Amino acid sequence: MSRQGTDPGLDEIRRARDEAGPVPRKGVGPVAWFDIRHRGLGQFAFSLNRITGLGLVFYLYLHLAVLSTLLRGEEAWDSFLGIATTRFFLLLDVLLIFGLLAHGLNGLRLALVGSGRVVDHQKAFYRSIQVIGTIVLLGAALHLLGSE
Amino acid sequence: MSAPAGTTRRFRVFRYKRGDDGHRYDEFDVPVNERTTVLEALRWIQLRKDPTLALRHSCFHASCGTCGVRVNGREGLGCVTPLADVSGDAVTVDPIANLPVLNDLVADMVPFMDRFPEPHPNVRESEFLPAADTPEDIDGYGRFEDCIECGLCLSACPVSATDDTYVGPAALAYAQRMLEEARGADRDAILDWADSEAGAWRCHASFECTEACPSNVRPAQRIMALRRELGSRKKVSP
Repeated sequence: MSRQGTDPGLDEIRRARDEAGPVPRKGVGPVAWFDIRHRGLGQFAFSLNRITGLGLVFYLYLHLAVLSTLLRGEEAWDSFLGIATTRFFLLLDVLLIFGLLAHGLNGLRLALVGSGRVVDHQKAFYRSIQVIGTIVLLGAALHLLGSE
Repeated sequence: MSAPAGTTRRFRVFRYKRGDDGHRYDEFDVPVNERTTVLEALRWIQLRKDPTLALRHSCFHASCGTCGVRVNGREGLGCVTPLADVSGDAVTVDPIANLPVLNDLVADMVPFMDRFPEPHPNVRESEFLPAADTPEDIDGYGRFEDCIECGLCLSACPVSATDDTYVGPAALAYAQRMLEEARGADRDAILDWADSEAGAWRCHASFECTEACPSNVRPAQRIMALRRELGSRKKVSP
């Protein structure tokens, strides 16, 4: 004879078993993307890719907004250029180049690894592109800030 | 770090029972020596301090995959994680992430198993005893040998942290293993299963699954191999 439904204790266990328990997460929603605690280089690359990706999307819209000043004539554009060549804006340009390099070079790693290349050396590859990116960034920063 | 006799470590253990409003952490001081593992410490708590502490374990030698937890935020099998390797004053033990908690440190593995593509047999190659009188079709029940299905890869995966639809590293690694040795399974069906938004293309190649895997399955490398296979298929297809 089946005991299903005859034992209140068992029914209680079954009911409890069917209830969904909490799901432990590293963070609430997308916050988990950016939590690099207790993680390795891969999570760092993943988080940086997300942050720079979001930053670049923001920049794209900002860029379109800035370009729209052209519609207001030469004077408006010249006025913007006056602001764009200040040290603060040049520092933002350096930040933009950092985002482009971090996102683009990691994208190169993802493309190569995703197509089955450098899979076993992906960590060394990422270290290498970090070094290359840093050198290019320093060169760009010196060029931009030195030209003030 | 070696612990002299008489040393204690402070444990913060995740607690949750069905019906609780939320989880909490209970603290225990556990006597340890230089060879004490996380699982031994948890069993000491269960036996000496709080018999209501629920944890799952079986083999004590990294073979069954049941004692997976997060120790100070990092995934590991409790049975082969020596406390000597766990830095910090307190040792915080949580259940594996991204799966529902059933009871304290016990995660519900059903959603994990549900992610695997069919066929997903239950018998391991090592369980085939040469001397045993096994049925002729027993090979059909064999499964991917290396993966102990502990769920640590899913817990460590940053994509699974925000997306429950993603099938995750273990299931994809299993699929790639099936392509290597199909044993009569339909390769196209496996590739179709993997070729989806929730499949191989959802991985972001952070390789955290490979870092977490205690069984050298290297799930990330297998996912990349799977992608290459999918890419080749697309190239060949008109």
